[in-house]
Amino acid sequence: MTNPLQPPKRKNPILRTRQPILPPWTRSRVGLGMTSAAARGRFELQQCDGCGAVQYPPREMCSDCLGTELTWTEMSGRGQLISETLLHHAHDLYFRERMPWRLGYVKLEEGPSVVAHLHGDVPAPPTAVNVIARLDRAGRGVLIAIPEQEVPNMADDRQLREMTCDPKFRKVLITDGKSETGQAMVREIARAGASLIWVGHTEPWKQPEGFAELADIPEVELIPLDVTESRNIQELGKALGGRVDILINTAQVHRTHGITDRYGTDVAKMEMEVNYMGLLRLAQNFAPAMMSRGADGQNSAVAWVNILSAFALANYPSHGTYSASQAAAMSLAQCLRAEFKPSAVRVLNVFPGPIDEPWNQMIPPPKIAPERLARDVVAALKDGVEDLYPGDVAQEMYSRFREDPKILEKELGDG
Amino acid sequence: MNGRAHVAERLQQTYDDVVITAPVTVEYVRYSNRSAHWFLALALRGLIEQAGVAKSEIDGLCVSSFQLVPDTAVGLTQHLGVSPRWLDHIPMGGACGVVGLRRAARAVQCGDAEMVACISGDKNQVDTFRNLLGSFSQYAQDAVYPYGSGGPNASFAFFTDYYMREYGVTREDFGKLCVAQRTNALANPNALFKKPLTLDEYLNARVIADPLHLFDCVMPCAGGEGFLVMRKQRAEALGLPYVNILSTIERHNAFPDDPIQMRAGWAMDVDDLYGRADKTPDDVDFLCSYDDYPVINVMQFEDLGFCAKGEAGDFIRANEFTWNGSFPLNPSGGQLSVGQAGAAGGYLGLVEAVRQLTDQPSGYQVPDAKVGLVSGFGMINYDRGLCTAAALLERAS
Ligand SMILES: [Zn+2]
Repeated sequence: MTNPLQPPKRKNPILRTRQPILPPWTRSRVGLGMTSAAARGRFELQQCDGCGAVQYPPREMCSDCLGTELTWTEMSGRGQLISETLLHHAHDLYFRERMPWRLGYVKLEEGPSVVAHLHGDVPAPPTAVNVIARLDRAGRGVLIAIPEQEVPNMADDRQLREMTCDPKFRKVLITDGKSETGQAMVREIARAGASLIWVGHTEPWKQPEGFAELADIPEVELIPLDVTESRNIQELGKALGGRVDILINTAQVHRTHGITDRYGTDVAKMEMEVNYMGLLRLAQNFAPAMMSRGADGQNSAVAWVNILSAFALANYPSHGTYSASQAAAMSLAQCLRAEFKPSAVRVLNVFPGPIDEPWNQMIPPPKIAPERLARDVVAALKDGVEDLYPGDVAQEMYSRFREDPKILEKELGDG
Repeated sequence: MNGRAHVAERLQQTYDDVVITAPVTVEYVRYSNRSAHWFLALALRGLIEQAGVAKSEIDGLCVSSFQLVPDTAVGLTQHLGVSPRWLDHIPMGGACGVVGLRRAARAVQCGDAEMVACISGDKNQVDTFRNLLGSFSQYAQDAVYPYGSGGPNASFAFFTDYYMREYGVTREDFGKLCVAQRTNALANPNALFKKPLTLDEYLNARVIADPLHLFDCVMPCAGGEGFLVMRKQRAEALGLPYVNILSTIERHNAFPDDPIQMRAGWAMDVDDLYGRADKTPDDVDFLCSYDDYPVINVMQFEDLGFCAKGEAGDFIRANEFTWNGSFPLNPSGGQLSVGQAGAAGGYLGLVEAVRQLTDQPSGYQVPDAKVGLVSGFGMINYDRGLCTAAALLERAS
């Protein structure tokens, strides 16, 4: 049985912080298909359009009928553990530091047998298991066989935790706790067991409903934080950067203008100043310290979350300048992800549809409730997901985007 | 596929009077700064010295090596200064010896070459093995190496774990084979392991990939092997002792639908192997198995017809596997006690079998050895070994 995770001991300041090392990350191009699905938390394998055969490892042709039309298809995850090993010797440095390491060989219900990381609570073979796909610390999709049924402290498994960004016992900075989304995020992160939650707030004269109550949460520590103030962010980066395990950027400005319905650049500037430049300031001042702590034991720096918008994928003209600022932020977040890669710190980009907040008053439902958004973000952290499209609207927009970005642009342009 | 090869329309021809001769081993070392080319060159030099022929008389060349990259057999001809009229490169790991023999024997039989030098060799520097693993195959890179980077140890641990659970083979059974092979190796000056191994030492060795412990795992090293294939008349004219080829088989990617590898290609072709040689498993005086891990020995006992599937445990308990035992296994010590010199590991058993059948053993001589069975197994491309081969060889009367 997995021992429940213990709160981390105080760090000995004399000891050298372990340098981040990545697991083997080279994959063939076709092999990256599994990574693409795992980045969204899904376990997909290639299925032949011609004969229906499911196959693994990924390849360019169907090994049954030699067809070349193969579609990545979601798997049930059901499988039978056939055999196992506990590795005590590895050839790669990342695994060497983490020995022993448990591996399983699993026959999937859909046909293929797979090598998978094996959760510590799975009984000896033969036994039924559930196979899931997750991103490893190199940001590459891998398979993990976990117990068929939920077991106590399942998420605390040492190997599984290598693949996930669970907030439990971690220190979290939420950049804006005043918005409804920010407040919901604080409450949800507290519920997930974070050991300390720094909650940024600006404009002290504004006291939105619910904000005062956040101070009653024992883990919460309020800090003045304004992403438009370079000096403020610089100082906070120095003071907290080396301690933050998860940074969740909820700071956003959202106005509802296009190009011709409002003359001038003041609103667009403000949106860019917060949504884009704010992310840049945070990244420049917090990312270096977080990168150096990518392998800092049980409670290493693990994740950076950007609450963006599905309108980053394609412009929604009645929220046109806002969409543009989100597209800019998304692009910058991809840059951050690439720069984070050697450190193993994950960037989670969240693309909700309209959130049920005052600035979206004129958008008809369905809209995602801030509480639901926060729940989905925490779940995505626990699953180690890299791109999250929470709620029905975002899911639908994303599938339309995958199908044909041009059609999505035209449809959004129609209002 | 129901587990047996379908009967071919035309029976495979025999090898007439094509024979194997001039067994050569290039000294094994744990690490060496020499390249694979160096070991291959020494193998060829050993062959022409033993045969007493000029290099130019070698008109066929068959090469196996993992570490020859970026070169192939083609580039090697320039290194070696040979101009063969027949050239082959067999990248089949543990099956390369028997497969190379098959190719070479047909070339000689059909007149494409008169004297084929079959050579294999590999280097081993401190990081050679690790560098090979991550890029061994596309499937290994995508679907094995990112999982603990255990290399073949992890794959064979899965087979071993399965065999123990499913068929009741025990660590003591595996250990008995390893101990016997070590006993055999003690008379072989080329074996890298020089000390006797007790069952206790085997059982208590450190864990590598549970259930595999240290002495279950072959040790990578550098070295080379070679032999010549030619007509009997030519060998006699050169005064070379030789061995007859009774029958051979090979198979690739057998039983792809088995959920885990518990049998390999031999099981499809074994009837053919004995049938064409007009022999039975009882006629075999010794077995040179492919033995990078003992579980593969066990699979060969079953798939090559010495016992039924699932009965290898009883078979091991009923037999002795030393050179003078009831079932002599790898009389030179095998890879487990000599070392695995990359692709040369696929030659080791074949070269020793030729020695045994010509009374020039590396160490101990199996008494009254008339028929030897050599078996090869290679290339864990993803989750199972894809290449199998076997040859029945007979002492020339
Ligand atoms: Zn097909």
